[in-house]
Amino acid sequence: MPVQETRLIFKHIDAAGYTNDLDCYLRHGGYEILRKAVQQKPEELCEEVMKSGVRGRGGAGFPCGMKWKFLDRKSGKPIYLICNADESEPGTFKDRQIIHKDPHQLIEGILISCYAIQAKTAFIYIRGEFPEGARILERAIEEARSKNLCGDNILGSGYSVEIFVHRGAGAYICGEETGLIESLEGKRPYPRIKPPFFPAVLGLYQCPTAVNNVETLCHVKHVIDMGGEEYAKIGTPGNSGTRILCVSGHVQKPGYYEFACGDLTLGQLIHDVCGGLRPGRSLKAVIPGGSSAKILRAGERYTGKLKDGSSFDWGLEDIPMDFDSLMAVGSMAGSGGVIVMDDSTDMVEALANINAFYAHESCGQCTPCREGSLWMKKITTRMSHGQARQEDVDLLGNVADQIAGRTICAFGEACSWPTQSFVLKFRDEFLNKARAQAGAASTNGNGAVPLI
Amino acid sequence: MNLKPETLAKIEAVIPRYPVKRSAALPLLHLVQEDAGYIADEAVEWIAAKLDLQPINIYELVTFYPMFRRKPGGRRIIKVCRTLSCALAGSYKTAEAFKAAFNCGLDETSPDGEVTIEFVECLASCGTAPVVMIDETLHEKVDGERARALAVEIRQAGGPASAPTA
Repeated sequence: MPVQETRLIFKHIDAAGYTNDLDCYLRHGGYEILRKAVQQKPEELCEEVMKSGVRGRGGAGFPCGMKWKFLDRKSGKPIYLICNADESEPGTFKDRQIIHKDPHQLIEGILISCYAIQAKTAFIYIRGEFPEGARILERAIEEARSKNLCGDNILGSGYSVEIFVHRGAGAYICGEETGLIESLEGKRPYPRIKPPFFPAVLGLYQCPTAVNNVETLCHVKHVIDMGGEEYAKIGTPGNSGTRILCVSGHVQKPGYYEFACGDLTLGQLIHDVCGGLRPGRSLKAVIPGGSSAKILRAGERYTGKLKDGSSFDWGLEDIPMDFDSLMAVGSMAGSGGVIVMDDSTDMVEALANINAFYAHESCGQCTPCREGSLWMKKITTRMSHGQARQEDVDLLGNVADQIAGRTICAFGEACSWPTQSFVLKFRDEFLNKARAQAGAASTNGNGAVPLI
Repeated sequence: MNLKPETLAKIEAVIPRYPVKRSAALPLLHLVQEDAGYIADEAVEWIAAKLDLQPINIYELVTFYPMFRRKPGGRRIIKVCRTLSCALAGSYKTAEAFKAAFNCGLDETSPDGEVTIEFVECLASCGTAPVVMIDETLHEKVDGERARALAVEIRQAGGPASAPTA
């Protein structure tokens, strides 16, 4: 039975005749939820978000309501909201669609969220590679201001708020919330150590700050529209709402799809939604939640117990695409970026590609990450170019094992998980590569014995 | 610094957005680079003075954030995404096609000053891989053939290339 998409965030995206200007948004009922929201008490809105159970869509999956609850309201310092639009986890391209095609949905979500946490200033930190997206958002904010939806005394409520767009400049680490805050303060984006620098207490300019992903802030709008309890009925307990999945790699129909959390399995996503693999190819591996998520190998079986106590026994294609299930099989839902690889893929090269990314993007602050990511890249690149050694396999695992848990931010985990999982699950392929290359080197063409 | 009046106006408008001046460092770097094409030493010092900072506070940004250039580039900047989803769809071949079309290597400016070709990390459009950004425009599904066609378009649109000046 084909699975149906549940389009909440992407309801209007790619719909015929839907444009990204304010008039179109208003024609589709835009800003009505903000209008209702500012007539309620801010605490009530926070309560609805808490009840909804909506989890952050940027990667960590932390409950949004909880994040807001931690905000230090006693300090008397201003509270800031930052929209994290630094979408840069490889395999993820959902925020780009929202920003380009439905920017007012995001602006409305930000305004409602600002009112709920009583922030007077919001910054949208958008990655530098989205120049068009930044212009679209700037225009959308101006349009909203012209209708008194943003700025002083919005909709006559007595509440005032400003939103500014701030462009990054090509650094992945700015997606880490404290790195982002440093960057917004005009510095190198070196992540801050937690404790004490939890953004909810000591965030932007050392003031309490909520940092939320683009998609999460859009979900807030729908939570307030439907009410937290009603929203929580979408999806499964603990995995409420819809989830946007971005599929890329070796499928017939790559793209972005929105489903109620847990509504479909990885197999349904690949075969039914994305049209399956290319003709004559078979599935080899899937990275289910952005490139840092641990890889899943076709043919594996996963058994264990879920949080609710029920046991599971799944093949790769049976895994439900929700936060808890993917965590239960040892990977993560992360940012929703699903990268599919078929049997034509060389796993050593694929890992070398990922490692080159992390080596380039490590901020360099913590030695294990800076050096480890670099050496994992060097080793896998060397292995890909005919210089693989048997002992490289364990060496890679050894380097990776010494990074995670020893760094200021989660980049340490993000850069070591691919290597740890590739080496564990495709050990045979790594060893075979070394063997094949050793064989090729010994037959050096002349039949002479190798001298070195 | 010889910035255009409109750039100066934008700079004056952006600084008061922030409660702390230093926050305007990245916006100013973007504005100066859009105007001048790159960030010269003089620009580093000028921005620092503008924000009541030391030059090192700006210099450390220019050397960290990949988007800032320390030298002038070609008339157009071609950024080919090399991260996994694009690589699986053949982005390394796309880069080869551009290199051959303009007779230059990666991180180099073509001899005619027409383009600078770079590999960049994920551009967040993995569903339409391989993707390429030419200046500020994203091009999707750029295989070798499409790259060659884009190269022809770039040359035709070219006119006299503004020679790189240091």
